[in-house]
Amino acid sequence: MADPVGPVVHLVGVGRRFGTEPPVDALAGVDLSLRNGEWIAIAGPSGSGKSTLLNVIGCLDRPTSGRYFFDGIDVAGLSDKQRAGLRARGIGFVFQSFHLLAHRSVLENVMLSEVYRKGPHAGRRERAADALAQVGISHRADFLPTRLSGGERQRAAIARALVTRPRLLLCDEPTGNLDSTSTENILGLFEDLHRSGLTIVMITHEHQVAERAQRRVNIVDGLLSEAT
Amino acid sequence: MISLKQSSHRPGRRDHRGHELVAPSGMSSRDLANESIAGLFARPGRMILAVFGTVIGLAALVATLGLSRTAENRIIGRFDELAATEIVASAKPGPDGPIPDALPWDAPARATRLLGVAAAGSISAIDIGDTLIGTSRVSDPRSQTQFSLAVQAASPGLWDAVRADLKTGRFPDEGHSIRHERVAVLGPGAATRLGITGVEQQPAVAIGDDLYLVIGILHNVERQPDMLGAVIIPEGTARHDFSLNGPEALVIETDIGAASLIARQLPLALRPDNPAVLKVASPPEPQRVRDNVQSDLDVLFLILGGVSLLVGAIGIANVTLVAVIERTGEIGLRRAIGASRRHVAQQFLLESAVMGFVGGILGASLGTLVVVAVSAFQQWTPVLDPLVPFAAPVIGAIIGFLSGGYPAIRAARMEPVEALRSGT
Repeated sequence: MADPVGPVVHLVGVGRRFGTEPPVDALAGVDLSLRNGEWIAIAGPSGSGKSTLLNVIGCLDRPTSGRYFFDGIDVAGLSDKQRAGLRARGIGFVFQSFHLLAHRSVLENVMLSEVYRKGPHAGRRERAADALAQVGISHRADFLPTRLSGGERQRAAIARALVTRPRLLLCDEPTGNLDSTSTENILGLFEDLHRSGLTIVMITHEHQVAERAQRRVNIVDGLLSEAT
Repeated sequence: MISLKQSSHRPGRRDHRGHELVAPSGMSSRDLANESIAGLFARPGRMILAVFGTVIGLAALVATLGLSRTAENRIIGRFDELAATEIVASAKPGPDGPIPDALPWDAPARATRLLGVAAAGSISAIDIGDTLIGTSRVSDPRSQTQFSLAVQAASPGLWDAVRADLKTGRFPDEGHSIRHERVAVLGPGAATRLGITGVEQQPAVAIGDDLYLVIGILHNVERQPDMLGAVIIPEGTARHDFSLNGPEALVIETDIGAASLIARQLPLALRPDNPAVLKVASPPEPQRVRDNVQSDLDVLFLILGGVSLLVGAIGIANVTLVAVIERTGEIGLRRAIGASRRHVAQQFLLESAVMGFVGGILGASLGTLVVVAVSAFQQWTPVLDPLVPFAAPVIGAIIGFLSGGYPAIRAARMEPVEALRSGT
């Protein structure tokens, strides 16, 4: 998406209040600016609001107060469909539980990413194969996800996120379901992607994982603080 | 596109009216079809179970409609094209035998003028008393050379009217008749008895003292089988040699469906002066059976079919709902990679519609098979409105679409955040 100079993610006093009784402020006045190419880890205990923050950044949820600019666009002013368009083109998601479709091959899972972005059909398979090559599991392209190891599944999920060439890679506990070797491999992959200029937001509660990021912020009770 | 007055801190991303340019997500219909069908066939066994009710329901409807039509249209007896196009006119029996001179000599010509008559010809048996027929007048004590055979007179049009075909030679024509020429055609039975196998040697048969040149030998006739054993001479020759009073019978071949009409017109056409002297034998009208008892049964079956369709609809709704709940994670993922609520709803609606469509195809096939099988067993002709089997898949698809409504709404209403959290 166009201009690479300004911040990719820019949160100004973002709050998210859930309308329970009494209301709960999952986020309370969060300010965060993320430059292009930054790799940031958001760490915090469970219930600290990090998932809510991830959903807001990922345009899956709307803040109830404050402003959020994604790549210079005020997300609050967009319709549901436009935010879906933003997700399809601008954001790649990586989840703790991979969310690969069990009945489709790895390659088809990666191709799925392009279904909702109104792109050309031609070359879809080739682009998916390229993405698999980028994460180093080309040899698993025709396998069903159920036959892959945890690390390989997460690589497939990352390939799926990368195939649309997003501005932002948004990872929710990407190593939460992985053993230490696979975790190391995935973090190595993130380092490569970071070096190639991709902006990465990674949510984790593990300190060893968070430490690998270029920049770390902590979130506690909906408030963000920069870690040293 | 949405107009944002306060808008972003970064200019340059607007169109000329100052509108922010963020395109919504989209899905091509090809992708929609792909995703729906892939979703369905991921669990083919379950899909088959889900469409079972629809299959049974639509099969029952198709079979009921087909069988009631078949039963309505069944025709008593076999339809016989040969019998249905044959009319024979002859003299009515009077107090002492048939009324004489009932048929005029020009009866074939008069009949041919009627629309719907394909061929007409007269035939008469000739009474030759005890006269024997042979090829040689030499009496051979060791073998029989003279036979007692039937002699018949035929008008030129008769050959077509009885659908005669020749083994060899030719038929006598109008000229032979007019000139009273002594020529004859032999039926195959007569030819065998007389020992004549061909006409190349110009064989002749003697009827009494007169010789008749054999110009043709019959192979078969479809009507008037008596001709197969007879010696047949032209009508004009018979009038001259045997003082034939008038044609005995008029054989007519009609176009298909014209028989009853021709039969009504024929007496007036042949004998406008006195149509009552003629007897016309025509084929019976094909009868159609309409069973009123049957229709009560139909209603019962239609109700049964409707009930199974309802059960089928509930089945599809159930399975789709289970699938929606089971695929919560997938729905969350799709929302994350850009699917709108509408896209998710469309996919599940299409999946259930395809299920109904498949059920409709299977049901229509099954129902048609039942109609054919029952008809074969009853020796009826299966009759099925072609619209019925083609409508079944459409009805199935509509039922599937409707039953997918609630599950699709459930799927569309899912919050992606929660859907993603619920595991795979």
